[in-house]
Amino acid sequence: MKKHWYDYLWIFSAVYLLLGFFNILFAWLGLLCFFIPLIISICGGGKAYCNRYCGRGQLFELLGGKFGLSRQKDIPAWMRSKAFRYGFLSFFLIMFINMLWNTWLVASGASNLREIVTLLWTFKLPWHWAYHGTLFAPWVAQFSFGFYSVMLTSTVLGIVTMVLFKPRSWCVYCPMGTMTQMICKAKAGNLEKAK
Amino acid sequence: MSTKQKRRCAMVDQSACVACGYCVKVCPKAAISIFKGVYAWVDDSLCIGCGKCQKVCPASVITVEVKEREEALV
Repeated sequence: MKKHWYDYLWIFSAVYLLLGFFNILFAWLGLLCFFIPLIISICGGGKAYCNRYCGRGQLFELLGGKFGLSRQKDIPAWMRSKAFRYGFLSFFLIMFINMLWNTWLVASGASNLREIVTLLWTFKLPWHWAYHGTLFAPWVAQFSFGFYSVMLTSTVLGIVTMVLFKPRSWCVYCPMGTMTQMICKAKAGNLEKAK
Repeated sequence: MSTKQKRRCAMVDQSACVACGYCVKVCPKAAISIFKGVYAWVDDSLCIGCGKCQKVCPASVITVEVKEREEALV
């Protein structure tokens, strides 16, 4: 099958994760993975992001597929249920707002910058070695630590389900995927009504 | 003139499909597309029932079933 430029976006995902180990400020780049899928689906591009451009999905295809790091078993029924998918999206958004709140606390001077990455919303890992000061305000760095925590956590979850089930199991409960599918469903529903 | 033929074809449980598009990528006949970003849709006339999509589908919502179809004799 012919390869396209976008079939190599897994490199972007891998480099992104590595950069976070050297300079946490690169975490801001991850916002691309939040806004691009939403913009595409809002502008009528459907799930082109998931289908073509998602570097993380490609990374799982590669690791779980070519590298054979997946058991290739069916995902449990509850994990692909709407309740779990919407539940995980809600939980993810609440934790995201919590992260923005922590950024605001630093911005307003109410708390100090904490140079930690929180894995799985629980484990606080020291991450000071990836912070070398910032030309910007401390909240810019706080957001980086928070956002990188989100990205690393979701990657870890994705790798665990890749190994246990199928390579792209993460796609089943990926909050971005659930959100863009909701947008597409709403748009398709509106089209039906308009007919 | 036509005849009834049995052949294998991929079927998608559209209500549970997450529309990730992995099936589209692996389909050797380009028989699958994502309908409006909501679910995967298989073109019966192109599908050869190879089962590649079934194997990769992360939500396991694709099954390959034997379908009876009217087919024109050429």
